[in-house]
Amino acid sequence: MKDPLNVLVVGVGGQGNLLASLLIGSAATEEGFQVSVGETYGATQRGGSVMSHLRLSRRRAYSPLMPEGRGDVLLGFEPVETLRALGTYGNPGIRVMVNPRPVYPLEVLSGQTKYPEVEKVLEAIRELSKEVVVVEATELAKEAGDARMQNVVMVGCLAASGWLPLRPESFRKVVVELFGENSPNLRALELGMAGGRR
Amino acid sequence: MSRIGLDRPGKRLLLSGNEGIARGALEAGVQVCSGYPGNPASEVVEALLEASKEFDLYVEWSTNEMVALEVAGAAAATGLRALTAMKNLGVDVCSDFLMTVNLSGTRGGLVLVTGDDPAAHSTTTELDTRNYARLADVPLLEPSTPQEAKEMTKWAFELSEELGLLCMVRSVTRLSHSRGVVELGPLHRERRKPEFAAPPPWTSGSSTFTCMFHDMLHQKMRTAAEKFETSPFNRYEGPENPDLLLLTSGPSYTYSAEAVELLGLQDSVGILKLGTTWPLPEELLFKHLSHAGGVLFVEEIDPFLEQNVKALAAEFASRGLGPLNFYGKKSGHIPAVGELNTELVLRALSGLRGVSYSPRPPEYASRGEELVSGYVPGRSMAFCPGCPHRASFWVMKRALKWDGREAVVTGDIGCYSMGLLPTGFSVEQTLHCMGAGIGTACGFGKLERFGFDRPVVSVSGDSTFYHACIPALLNAKWNSSNLLHVVLDNSTTGMTGHQPHPGSGVTASGEPSAPIRVEDLCRGIGVEVRVCDPFEVDEATRTLQEMLKGKGPRVLVLRHPCPLTEGEKRKRRPRVHVNQEKCIGEECGCMAFCSRVLGCPANIWDYPKNKAKIDEVLCTGCGLCAKLCPAGAIVVEEGG
Repeated sequence: MKDPLNVLVVGVGGQGNLLASLLIGSAATEEGFQVSVGETYGATQRGGSVMSHLRLSRRRAYSPLMPEGRGDVLLGFEPVETLRALGTYGNPGIRVMVNPRPVYPLEVLSGQTKYPEVEKVLEAIRELSKEVVVVEATELAKEAGDARMQNVVMVGCLAASGWLPLRPESFRKVVVELFGENSPNLRALELGMAGGRR
Repeated sequence: MSRIGLDRPGKRLLLSGNEGIARGALEAGVQVCSGYPGNPASEVVEALLEASKEFDLYVEWSTNEMVALEVAGAAAATGLRALTAMKNLGVDVCSDFLMTVNLSGTRGGLVLVTGDDPAAHSTTTELDTRNYARLADVPLLEPSTPQEAKEMTKWAFELSEELGLLCMVRSVTRLSHSRGVVELGPLHRERRKPEFAAPPPWTSGSSTFTCMFHDMLHQKMRTAAEKFETSPFNRYEGPENPDLLLLTSGPSYTYSAEAVELLGLQDSVGILKLGTTWPLPEELLFKHLSHAGGVLFVEEIDPFLEQNVKALAAEFASRGLGPLNFYGKKSGHIPAVGELNTELVLRALSGLRGVSYSPRPPEYASRGEELVSGYVPGRSMAFCPGCPHRASFWVMKRALKWDGREAVVTGDIGCYSMGLLPTGFSVEQTLHCMGAGIGTACGFGKLERFGFDRPVVSVSGDSTFYHACIPALLNAKWNSSNLLHVVLDNSTTGMTGHQPHPGSGVTASGEPSAPIRVEDLCRGIGVEVRVCDPFEVDEATRTLQEMLKGKGPRVLVLRHPCPLTEGEKRKRRPRVHVNQEKCIGEECGCMAFCSRVLGCPANIWDYPKNKAKIDEVLCTGCGLCAKLCPAGAIVVEEGG
């Protein structure tokens, strides 16, 4: 494993970045890693871009923000936010998992600017990445009972992807510890895991 | 059971810096905790609140930081261990008491946790509260990681008790809100019994007594300095005689360590990480400065270490410390504003050491930049879907426009600070600190005699009203200032995570407490007050228009709960959808009012059909857009 391994989780305020990074970070803690998790944003107001940085190491506690250009894995909840993050933290070796469902910024709603065609954004993401997996996470989350659980679905996909040095079992354990055996979140995680293996 | 209260010494948990601080307090046997919500410090109090039942703690949200420090100070005066946590500007609010309780001292450990905000992510200033430690002559600790946050907080209680002096722990947003692995220590469950023995009085005295206490304070600080010389929180890593010594504290240490590693400079560059930053450990500094070829200060906000260490270096000259090159904020190697990160340290180091660094192929970087600027739109902050502030600012925008006299609108601190931005239709024109909206309105409202005839409107939230607006409202009444104060009452402290306040009807721990209503307070002092629901747009607009015509101080409460509180989230949401048969699309004279003007993230546009549409994942069913759609095309189905 590359040490430190740098994982990014990006989205829009309110999409559940904090929970996603807590799940991945807790699974890594469970497996004995030194983990640092930073948020690019105080998460105190909604609607803006939000980014979580996760850094896994066997050696020491790294700073909670990864340096530019050094991302290894990117979990994106929104297509243009994923591309934005790649511009800063991407490199030719980065792997990306992305939910293609747009969340329109105020600038688009107000007509100042247009939201690009999602297919073109995905193409740009592919051009900047070693590997890209597109996950219809919002649709899967609806199956699990609530569209807002797309964050947990995405974490499930990542857990099953083999891109992280972590066992899917550790993710299950963390979700059960936080939400219990029968929670819709566990269903969302399982659906994501199945989706990630497809 | 609470997460931070886990009784398993040795267990590794992923905790935030704030949770680390709270855990440290539990391991130290804290009994009383107070604070006022403010980013980034709120979660220290929240974490202790969660643990309060199991550990028999008294935890309160106080009306403001001044009262919070006084509550903790009193508990500590009786011999209990007490903590209070606040954001940077909160320390300003409590500074009167800080500048006297340093002299009167403490019996139990008294810890003041401050959360600074380099880059002002969620604050209106980059205030560096380390200066308060120097100003008040109190010891200051600066943790770098959540683990250290726990260890330092625990030690801060012991130190405070030993010295009989309040001790400060300074965090920053990056530490408070980041998570790291924390290895738990043993919990301290022994409960002390409060005892207050006066005489001697608990006081900072006056005249000769004050000078006597001041002298004792200096003696306490000399003792602190001696202890800091051997503190394990100050660590050096690097060669014995480094060409360059990085002097750093807080999370800047982690950026420094990574930058040195990435540039492969471990053999020529050393890092002295200071955890005890006031008073400075002078002998330790003398030793490391004597072995260094030059010094680079890596710290956030003010050049606190930089200036104080330079002053020491002047003294050290008489002990043979030769001329040294100092680099940092003054030399421009480290930015004097904003937050630091590994890149900024890399830039400073590669410049000073003449080494280059590039994390990815330049052609990749430029292609990335090109694609981002080609496709990625900006994303400004917006009120959440269903936020009552959107309705309130629309009401204000409309009433002020119809009034036509170009009102001055002063803003205040909370989610509604975004009233300055397009999401609040740019209604607000000023923003400073808690309470400054109505305070400055008192001033604007007295300028009529000089020919200033614009109406004056001030805005505050409910929590801010209780925190800092009441003295200004009394002032407005007393001095007959012409102002209309609008309280955007969402029945919670929204921006910091829905803490209760004096109007909520419950205390921090959920005990019932008769709500103190804004309108009752106003009536009690004879100020005209009216209450409306901002979602009743027409009625609220009419009321505001009428009240704008009045004289003297007037208060309008626009009351509707924040849709993100737990109670509101559990309610069944009405389903809102667009009847696209009725929506006239771009042919309508409204110019896509719902998505373009209203700016609710759930009001989107169906491009293929060129009609309005609702994003049902985001919509909370508030129905504001339905009330304002001129074609009546938006349908609200109750009980969705």
